[in-house]
Amino acid sequence: MAWFQHFSPTELFLIASAIKIVCVFSVVMAAVAYSVLAERKISAMIQDRRGPNRVGPFGIFQPVADGVKAFLKEDFVPGHVRRAYFWLAPMVSMIPALLVLAVIPFGSQLGGVKMVIADLNVGILYTFGIVSLGVYGIVLAGYASNSKYPFLGGIRSSAQMISYEIAMGMSVIPVFLIVGDLNLGQIIQYQAEHGWLIFFAPLSFVIFLISSFAETNRLPFDMPESEQELVGGYHTEYSSMKFALFFMGEYANMIAASSMMVTLFLGGWTLPFAGLNRPADSIGMGAAHLVIFMAKVAALMGMFIWVRWMWPRFRYDQLMDLGWRRLFPLALANIIATALWLWMAA
Amino acid sequence: MIVKRTNLNFWERLYLPAVLAGFRVTIRHFFKKKVTLQYPEVKWTVPEGYRGAPYLVKDPEGRVKCVSCQLCEFICPPKAIRITPPGPAGSPEAGNVEKAPREFEINMLRCIFCGLCQEVCPEEAIFLMNDYSLTGLSREEMVYDKAKLLALGGVHNDQIWKWKHK
Repeated sequence: MAWFQHFSPTELFLIASAIKIVCVFSVVMAAVAYSVLAERKISAMIQDRRGPNRVGPFGIFQPVADGVKAFLKEDFVPGHVRRAYFWLAPMVSMIPALLVLAVIPFGSQLGGVKMVIADLNVGILYTFGIVSLGVYGIVLAGYASNSKYPFLGGIRSSAQMISYEIAMGMSVIPVFLIVGDLNLGQIIQYQAEHGWLIFFAPLSFVIFLISSFAETNRLPFDMPESEQELVGGYHTEYSSMKFALFFMGEYANMIAASSMMVTLFLGGWTLPFAGLNRPADSIGMGAAHLVIFMAKVAALMGMFIWVRWMWPRFRYDQLMDLGWRRLFPLALANIIATALWLWMAA
Repeated sequence: MIVKRTNLNFWERLYLPAVLAGFRVTIRHFFKKKVTLQYPEVKWTVPEGYRGAPYLVKDPEGRVKCVSCQLCEFICPPKAIRITPPGPAGSPEAGNVEKAPREFEINMLRCIFCGLCQEVCPEEAIFLMNDYSLTGLSREEMVYDKAKLLALGGVHNDQIWKWKHK
């Protein structure tokens, strides 16, 4: 292992980061492709159908066919759109989802390299900052499309995001009160020592979960999209790869939200037995941590998908009511209760 | 129908019963037997009285039943049928006994499978049969001529024996 000794620590850091970025990006893209397949399969099963089963055994190569289709389709731009924003919107909706994953610790360490791309001390603040950018993609798409339904979708999206972002931000404050740190690595560390935070702050978890459904525009809160009322909402005018970017953005957002939940409430890469809650000291343990993290994320993704086929959409005013008049006060009360509890315990 | 709207109690307003009920329904369907028919491998059983492609039939003696009356041609809503009558010379194989058509064409691309031709036919010479997935590589190929229609239609085993005693 002497070949990398003539690199300086900075160079080593850059190389390791580049490798991590490439790996995380490809894994996330593959996960996006396969969660689309999982969505189609699970929806089919729930509706007494079989789902895609023609491309490869049990349709496992369906995502490849979908990708090829998306690339080969005509990229039609209607004449009435606002060009620049129309081109910008799909990128803006995809990129934040990927940026969030930069601060997620997806494993302890592998060969002495920390399994997180950017070990930020303000990890969660960064996440909230980036996640709120996601709404601009949808709002821009609605504005740029310059037609009724996308416009309505964009408006709904902005109203929805504002109301849920607050509840979401409030819901994680108890977590930081308990842990006393904003660094996501430290939060996992705390959970490894004291047990998962879902048991200390269950209400936070519930509010965060509901808000992340609204954040990722998934049913029962898929107001901006609402196929039945808005003909697909903000992406009505999009086709080909631009549409695919919105679509992938939605799933990447789900993965990001699931990763956040796993990190904040479900112990991240740890499991409370077999010594799996200590940072890994061998390659095998490091790999096991990666697998644990991915399994937890996959379980949450399964829940996201299942919920979509289980519940009807909320009415718009019910959604706003739930956000402002139920979840927001509840989150505030939760902060105060947690603070009081910590004060009494201290 | 008037749907009675009762006020929900606290437990129901928590949304949890709906969650549980929804989960129960979806999990039941998830493991249920699937209704999908794997089409090209598994074919559908065509029900009795199905209106598929219209074909010409022969009587048990092997004669063409059609007498070129052209009623089907006139009634056909999309004008898919085109009949060429034999003219004054008569048809060579049928001789003087009957006015069998010289040519009988159905354009399967125009046909709407309404069954009016079968209903109007005084000779019971045309029937809508069970074929439902007609394919071809060109428009010309989809215009079925008399020979093809007769071959596909086959013999109709009725007991009329129209020509037996003539």
